[in-house]
Amino acid sequence: MGKTLFEKVWDRHVVDKVQGGLEILYIDKHLIHEVTSPQAFDGIRKRGIDILRKERIVATADHNVPTKNQHLPIKDVLSKFQVDTLTRNCEEFGIELYGLGHKYQGIVHVIGPELGITKPGMTIVCGDSHTSTHGAFGTIAFGIGTSQVEQVMATQCLLLQRPKAMRINIEGELGEGIFSKDIILYIISKLTTAGGTGFFVEYAGSAIRSLSMEARMTICNMSIEMGARGGMIAPDETTFDYIKGREYAPKGNDFKEAVKYWSTLYSDEDAVFDAEFTYRAEDIEPMITYGTNPGMGIGVTQFIPKKENVKNPDSLMKSLNYMGLEPGEKLLGKKIDNVFIGSCTNSRIEDLRIVAGYVKGKKKASNVKAMIVPGSKQVEAQAREEGIHEILAEAGFELREPGCSACLGMNEDKIPKGEYCVSTSNRNFEGRQGPGARTMLVSPLTAAVIAVEGKVVDVREYIGEGVSV
Amino acid sequence: MEKFIKLITTVVPLDVQDIDTDQIIPARFLKATSREGFGENLFRDWRFEQDGSSKSDFVLNDDTYSGSVLVAGENFGCGSSREHAAWALVDYGFRAVVSSYFADIFKGNALNNGLLPVQVSSEFLKEIFNQVKSDPAKEIIIDLESQKILISGTEISEKFEINAYKKMCLINGYDDIDFLISNRDKIEKFEKEHVEF
Ligand code: SF4
Repeated sequence: MGKTLFEKVWDRHVVDKVQGGLEILYIDKHLIHEVTSPQAFDGIRKRGIDILRKERIVATADHNVPTKNQHLPIKDVLSKFQVDTLTRNCEEFGIELYGLGHKYQGIVHVIGPELGITKPGMTIVCGDSHTSTHGAFGTIAFGIGTSQVEQVMATQCLLLQRPKAMRINIEGELGEGIFSKDIILYIISKLTTAGGTGFFVEYAGSAIRSLSMEARMTICNMSIEMGARGGMIAPDETTFDYIKGREYAPKGNDFKEAVKYWSTLYSDEDAVFDAEFTYRAEDIEPMITYGTNPGMGIGVTQFIPKKENVKNPDSLMKSLNYMGLEPGEKLLGKKIDNVFIGSCTNSRIEDLRIVAGYVKGKKKASNVKAMIVPGSKQVEAQAREEGIHEILAEAGFELREPGCSACLGMNEDKIPKGEYCVSTSNRNFEGRQGPGARTMLVSPLTAAVIAVEGKVVDVREYIGEGVSV
Repeated sequence: MEKFIKLITTVVPLDVQDIDTDQIIPARFLKATSREGFGENLFRDWRFEQDGSSKSDFVLNDDTYSGSVLVAGENFGCGSSREHAAWALVDYGFRAVVSSYFADIFKGNALNNGLLPVQVSSEFLKEIFNQVKSDPAKEIIIDLESQKILISGTEISEKFEINAYKKMCLINGYDDIDFLISNRDKIEKFEKEHVEF
């Protein structure tokens, strides 16, 4: 019987099978950041042991850093202490750190791929649920808790139950103005936030194959939002081209050898999946969420469901009360107060290009506060080089320095209580972007058009006005 | 890790579905660098107003209910991988969470902190909610050894699943690191043969 892509990679990393169906899985790369690592370092110290493979760890500061004046000392005392603790820990244990001020600093899931750290066939973990992003390279990548961060530090391994296999096929051609963010919001709206629990997902089909690496990362990034441990896409020429020439990519003959191996990473024709779903790309509209979990999304021309049409009317009403919306209402035309473009889902150079491509020569609406936070120092530098910074500044967008920012509202970048925020991030949970903040998740293009119009619109009506798709 | 054997306790019912870890502990309280003290901000924005005063309609502020088990709606613990969610529940005093479905990462984090996730059928969950709402003094019994949860004073009970290894860890208060470290030889042998590109 053939193997799935997931099985091919997983099997190469099994150190041993133990009781209760658990397996010891070897981890090739461990990414760490300031929020979920300090307790793990403490644990290592308390046990009186050393970190087993320091060279397999890369650290950055992203979740809890300010996005203004990063060259100055951090003002918030607790944040400063947390970021300094990471620096101290990395020094003490000899770990590579791309901290504030470093030219490689950025959101952990943006810097891994752009530095060529992320490669097909690897196992990558990080104390952050969106580690699934790296799966876009045909990598088994998933988020772990802090106890597991400590396990990987101590042994470079994790004790895991092998997840079940799911394949999601998107066949056909995406319509104009529809992006990979719309694909993944569409999938989650169909499968719900728990639909993928216990599974590792492979995304396949002609619409997926045609996507750029950035776009594939956006899809894999949100796998966790349907409960899946991770998502992956078989590597192909697009993948190899992206990796080639990056800082940590193999060079010369090593690269050729690597491509030979990477080219074997796909699901065999007779591989068996525990669940499989197929959707048509043509059915996907620009998506927007109306509720308080990422599964509560609709095509932008659709209506918010009515009580009688949902399985759990109480949940729906709780969400809509929080959002200040009514069942059966349309979102089109709804006034918006904030636009946030950033996060590990959509803050890569391609996302910034899409936004700049639309807002060039336009101005944001006066009722909207628009903020753009690039995913990394490298994205920021590239955007400057391409003149994207000026375009955005002229359009009235506030440009920040790299970090997670208003994706999770841990630093001072928060959306005020009761205000609507159209966001390119990945979670619309209650309070995620600040206490009382009301988040609607969308693609970068939708966010850009809404920033200019000041209200929810269907981007397809604006195509031609500088929308290059 | 504290050993887990058997619990007999009243429960705190929180009949809400899809409770994500941002509700359990909002991100702005993740700035601490130790594992302690997160209980104070457990369910922060459901429990307190922005000025810090208690919201009387939230179950943790309602004296009617108490106990070391939280009973919650389907798909508990979805969202962020923050282990702080498990720490907050443990720090507050919970030893187990009962729900009809748990998100993967949360479940693993809970087990790594001696917090038992007990997955029951939706009918059983409904039954607990009903019984506890009509009698808040109603106790439930969770017996890890026999993997059984029982509503005290009734015949209503259910078996629950738990990985045999994880069960052994909980009962003995062991954790995965001890086990993995004991496999160091195998790990080093694996590394020698592991080809990377
Ligand atoms: S940008 Fe948001 S989702 Fe991504 S790593 Fe940061 S906090 Fe997590």
